[in-house]
Amino acid sequence: MEKERQLLVVFPHPDDEAFGVSGTIATHVQNGTPVTYACLTLGEMGRNMGNPLFTNRENLPKIRKEELKEAARVLGIQDLRMLGFRDKTIEFEDDDKLTNVMSALIEELNPSLIITFYPGYSVHPDHDATGAAVVRAVEKLPAAARPKLHCVAFSNNCVEELGEPDIINNISPVTETKLAAIQAHRSQTEQMFIGMEEKLKNQDPQVMMWINNERFWTYKFAH
Amino acid sequence: MELIDMKQVQAAINSFANQDVYIHLETTNGAYASHNDQSFFSAGAYIRNALVRYELGKITGNGPFRVGLKINLGWIYAEGLTHFEIDEDNRLLLAGHDSNGKLAVALEISSTPFE
Repeated sequence: MEKERQLLVVFPHPDDEAFGVSGTIATHVQNGTPVTYACLTLGEMGRNMGNPLFTNRENLPKIRKEELKEAARVLGIQDLRMLGFRDKTIEFEDDDKLTNVMSALIEELNPSLIITFYPGYSVHPDHDATGAAVVRAVEKLPAAARPKLHCVAFSNNCVEELGEPDIINNISPVTETKLAAIQAHRSQTEQMFIGMEEKLKNQDPQVMMWINNERFWTYKFAH
Repeated sequence: MELIDMKQVQAAINSFANQDVYIHLETTNGAYASHNDQSFFSAGAYIRNALVRYELGKITGNGPFRVGLKINLGWIYAEGLTHFEIDEDNRLLLAGHDSNGKLAVALEISSTPFE
């Protein structure tokens, strides 16, 4: 992975960083790159309450906030920003307000690389709206001054329409850190882990391939 | 949360009658339902901090349960409720969880606004 001056990661939910990006984040941290993670919401609308239940709709955000902090600690993220938006409402926010939030982050941090979701190819409306806001903010900059923009996409049609991802980071040196980051989001990932534990122990090739390869599409600006 | 005890829930519903209360109501299949199964039609609704008054509220069914509130100019109801809690702020939290513990419906009543 190329050494970056500053990485800015922008996602709407605690745990969005865990599955597809945490190995890349951990690698940049190891390279000595300052990392800022701006997380828009606390995942207030998550549906996993534990099985057996250990929380409820009103307490879930408090738990997820602690999980997010723990994941950031595990990954070595020095600068975690919780932006105070509400889960599942990002697409209904004022677009200009969101753009300005992203522009302010970019202006303050001057990142050489931004990681977010690919708008239109990221399934959850919050993902698409977050990615779109980042794209609008970066687009405002003159082409030569723009940071690199690497996007995560996972809609069923993403490869068909975007082509294969142009960046595949093999993160196997930091697999353990990545797994710890995923597990930090216990309320949301515990059940998934129960199904995966055996496969992880046996180094199941399909699961390890999924864990160890993080895929990004460089955003293509129209102008 | 605990499995619904109709008596306790009915008593809590009664305690909020005929006064201003704040309602949280949501139904959801999750944002990934149609992604995981393209034939699945995903629908849901959400309202937080609706300020209402109800004259009559009732829990019915054999589990999962239904709760209906007769408000000044209309109705509020939820079905599929399995669990309840009266939390530290004396709010009545009702929720329906599927077999994996995933929340599918929530109806909550409070005399102060939700955060």
